[in-house]
Amino acid sequence: MASEARPAPLAHHFDDYDQQRESATLGMWLFLAQEVMFFGGLFLAYTVYRWKYPAWFALGSNQLDVPLGLANTIVLIGSSLTMVLAVRAAQLGKARQIAGWIGATMALGTAFLVVKGFEYHHKWVHHLIPGAGFHIEGTTDPAAQTFFVLYFCMTGLHALHMIVGLGLLAFLVPKALRGDFSAENHNWVEGVGLYWHFVDVIWIFLFPLLYLLGRHHA
Amino acid sequence: MSTVHVTPVRTYLLVFFGLMALTFLTVGVAHVNIADHLPGQVTDAINDAVAMAIAVTKATLVVLFFMHVWHSARLNKIVVWASLFFILILFAFSLADYFSRGWLGVPGK
Repeated sequence: MASEARPAPLAHHFDDYDQQRESATLGMWLFLAQEVMFFGGLFLAYTVYRWKYPAWFALGSNQLDVPLGLANTIVLIGSSLTMVLAVRAAQLGKARQIAGWIGATMALGTAFLVVKGFEYHHKWVHHLIPGAGFHIEGTTDPAAQTFFVLYFCMTGLHALHMIVGLGLLAFLVPKALRGDFSAENHNWVEGVGLYWHFVDVIWIFLFPLLYLLGRHHA
Repeated sequence: MSTVHVTPVRTYLLVFFGLMALTFLTVGVAHVNIADHLPGQVTDAINDAVAMAIAVTKATLVVLFFMHVWHSARLNKIVVWASLFFILILFAFSLADYFSRGWLGVPGK
């Protein structure tokens, strides 16, 4: 009895599984709407300061490593593909497939963070961390640090979201293997999937804004 | 009874390869001064506009297909539009302020 698959039951305050799932999805979307505003402040700051210091933003952007940024973009979009396949497996009630695709998503997410770590280390070695030790070839204007303040805040907040996402995915693996998810009730997988894709969408904007804009002048 | 829409794997693969193509496209055009290749006086900001248009297209693909908004309940679509509307308010009002600050000669500034 206890060792058998035990999909989460219908909560008593819902009429049916459809209503329960739609409520969970709506709740997740409301959370993501808030997340859009959370990141929105940083995107606004980027817009205003880039308008104020266009030359320093172009200079800063040219310090970033496009091949690494491109590689990470491919890895992250790939992780969105594996995530959506995990959700699809959940919709079909295939427990082992859910766990497998979540594992693939976690591997890709971890790869992204490792590459990000190498990039941060490179910035550290080349004195591109804002503060007293900051030095950039081409100017002594302290305003040139603004690009890197925003680079670290935006990619840092994004990486923090990825770490949270990896934690949530790790939490889902044993639940999936235990058979907690069914075609009727896989709201956890669907919700975490939405969160993971949202983090992907943020990166889709961060990559051109930070790595690519201003390249055509170099 | 469950009425979940299960999208074919083929659709997901098509979206993935579309996203890959757009990623390489945005990297490719980033190194080109697009204004040089267009007739007449074109602002330098054309590069920014192209990069953002590609990013918005990619984000739309992710939201519609990977995040299932295409097959989602109408209420979820309203929340998605509402979040975009609030971002619009944030940007429109803040930028109207910052961009117009130098327009009038304010004494003491």
